[in-house]
Amino acid sequence: MSAGVPLGEAIRAATAKGGPALVAYLTAGFPRRESFRGHVRALASAADVIEIGVPFTDPMADGVTIQRASQTALAQGASLRWILAELQALEGVRAPRLLMSYLNPLLAFGLGRLAEGAARAGVAGFIVPDLPLEESAELRSALEPRGIALVQMVTPLTGPERLRALCAASRGFVYAVTMTGTTGRNVAVPDEVLGYLDRVRASSPIPVCAGFGIRSRTQVERLTGHVDGVVVGSALVEALERGEDPAAWLQALRA
Amino acid sequence: MNTPAAAVDAGRLLADLIAGRFPDARGRFGPFGGRYVPETLMPALERLERGVREQLPTRGFKEELAGQLRSWVGRPTPLTFADRLSGRWGARVWLKREDLAHTGAHKINNAMGQALLAKRLGAKRVVAETGAGQHGVASAAACARLGLPCTVYMGSIDMERQAPNVGRMRLLGAEVVPVTSGDRTLRAAIDEALRAWVSDPEDTYYLLGSVVGPHPYPYLVRELQSVIGREAREQLLASSGALPDAVIACVGGGSNSIGAFHAFVPDATVELIGVEAGGRGAGLGENAATIAFGRPGVLHGTYSMLLQNEDGQVQETHSVSAGLDYPGVGPEHALLAAVGRVRYETASDEEALAGVRALSEWEGILPALESAHALPAAERWARSHPGRSILVCLSGRGDKDMSTLERTLLEPAHR
Repeated sequence: MSAGVPLGEAIRAATAKGGPALVAYLTAGFPRRESFRGHVRALASAADVIEIGVPFTDPMADGVTIQRASQTALAQGASLRWILAELQALEGVRAPRLLMSYLNPLLAFGLGRLAEGAARAGVAGFIVPDLPLEESAELRSALEPRGIALVQMVTPLTGPERLRALCAASRGFVYAVTMTGTTGRNVAVPDEVLGYLDRVRASSPIPVCAGFGIRSRTQVERLTGHVDGVVVGSALVEALERGEDPAAWLQALRA
Repeated sequence: MNTPAAAVDAGRLLADLIAGRFPDARGRFGPFGGRYVPETLMPALERLERGVREQLPTRGFKEELAGQLRSWVGRPTPLTFADRLSGRWGARVWLKREDLAHTGAHKINNAMGQALLAKRLGAKRVVAETGAGQHGVASAAACARLGLPCTVYMGSIDMERQAPNVGRMRLLGAEVVPVTSGDRTLRAAIDEALRAWVSDPEDTYYLLGSVVGPHPYPYLVRELQSVIGREAREQLLASSGALPDAVIACVGGGSNSIGAFHAFVPDATVELIGVEAGGRGAGLGENAATIAFGRPGVLHGTYSMLLQNEDGQVQETHSVSAGLDYPGVGPEHALLAAVGRVRYETASDEEALAGVRALSEWEGILPALESAHALPAAERWARSHPGRSILVCLSGRGDKDMSTLERTLLEPAHR
C-alpha cells in the first residue's frame, strides 16, 4: 500500500501550477474487475486525486452512465471488501484516493472496522452522497482519529447558513455540486454558477472542487479561478466505455 | 432478529411509542427512520417538514381534507361483518372496506392529503412512484381533482402485470413514465422518482405513497392513513360495543397497516398482526418479507429493515402482488417489530391466492392480491381464537389483478 499525499496538499499543489486540480472518478470493477488497478494507475498519471466509486444497487444521486457502470461492476462481484483489498495491493500511486459510496455498503461493512480497513488501503477520504451532515456524526467520529476526511457536498440550493456549516464540517475539500439533478448531464456553466462557486469559496477554509456534469475542456477553462478542482465522473466512464485511453482523455481536459 | 433495538430498553421505547413521541425531532422512530438523502434534497425536505407542521394542524387544512374525503373519496368507508367467513373460521370477522374508497384502495387517503398540501406549498407539478398502480391512480386522480400536473414513475414489469391501472392513470391525465433501470419494479420506480425530484426540488412535489422514505414522509403518510383505524375503532365500538381482539393487515412498505394499527397501538388488549409477502419461500430473492428476513440498513432515505446481501446490496424481491414487492419497510414498522407491539407473519403467494378465492366465494368481495395476504393469517388467528373478534384491513379491490388471476386461479390446473 501507499498512503499518498494528503488531499488538500494534492489540490493546492495543482492550483499552484495554475490548476484547477483534476479529480478523476472511476466505478470500481468497471468495465472489468481485472482492469481496476491498471485504470487507477492510468488515472493517477493524469489526475491529482482519484475518486473510486463503490458500486451500489440503488444510486439515487447518479445518472444513467454511473447507474450502468455500477450494475456492470456489481454483476462482476465488485464489493467494498474487494476494493479495499485491491487498493491495499496497489503500489506506487501517489495521488490521494477517495472512496465515493452510498451509506448502506459502508453500514454493511461495519463503521467500526471501516476506518481501519480504509487506512490500510491508503484511503484519504470518503464522499457519501446520501449522508447529510445531520446523520454523519457516527461515520465522522470513526474516520477522524485515522485522519480520513469526510467530504461534504454543497449545492446551488444550499442556503447561506447551511453553506457555512457544511464548509466548516467538511474535510479535505468541499464538493460543490454544480446543478440540481443527477450526475452526468452536461452543464453550460452560466454566470450564476460561477457566482455560486465564488460564494462557496468565500465560505470555505479548505479547497473547493466542482462536480456533476463536467465533461469538456471549455468547461474546465471557464471554471478556472473560481474553484480549486474539478471532478470528472460520467464523462470519464463514458470514455472508458468507448475504449479510449483514460489518461490521454484526462490530459485533453487541461488547458 | 438482528436489530440494534434489541440492545436498548424495549420497554421505554414502547412507552414512548404509546405516548406518541415518535417520530422525534430528528425524524426517528427509536433507532429507525431519519433522513438519508443527497444534499440537493435537504432544503426541499426541510420546507416539506415545515409545511407539514404548519398546515396539517390548521382548521383550514383539516376542513378541506375532511370535505374531500367525505364528498369525493367516499369516507367513512363501511365496516362489513363477514358473516359466512365468521361461520367457517369460528371467530367474528370484520372487514374495513378500503376497497370501497374512490379509486379502489386506501392509497387515496394519502394521495388527496398530500396533493392538498402540495397545492398549499405552491408546487407546480407532482411526481409519484407506483408499484401495483394503486398509488399512481390515486395520485393521478387527486392531482386531476386539484388541477396539478402529475407524472408517475412505474417499473416496466409492473406496467405489464398491472396494465389496467396504466390506462386509468393516463385517462386521469397523468404522464406514466416506464422505468427500465434496476429491478424494474417499485424499488426502481422510487429511485427514478427521487432522481426526478433531485432535478427540480423547488417546483416539484414528491407524492410518496407509503410510510417509507426520508423524514417527514413516514410521519406524514401515517397521519393521512390513520383515518382507517380511527374510523374502524369507532364503527366497531358503535356496532359491537367492544374493541376487536386483533387487527390484521398486509405489509409491503406498510401504509395501510400503519393506518389500521395506529389508533389501536395504545389499546393493550388488542393484538396487532402485520402480514408480509412470503412469496415462494424463505430464500433470498424468493419473497418480500423484510421484517422476517431483513437486516437494518438504509434505502430510499430511511434507516429501517432491508432485504440485502452481506455487502449491503439491496436484494431483488418476489411477490405475486406488485404492491408488496419491495425490499424495505417503513421505519415505524421496524420499531413496532423491535418492541414487540406488532407481530409480523408471512403469507405465501399460494396462500394469498387462496385468500382471494375465499373472500370472493364466501363474501362476494374480490380483494386485491396485496390485501389478500392478510386473509390466510386472519384465518389462522380465527381458528385458534374461537368466538373472539378480528378486524381485517381490506386495503383494496382486486379488479386490477385480473391478468394475474387469469394466469393463476382461473387456469384449469388451479380449479
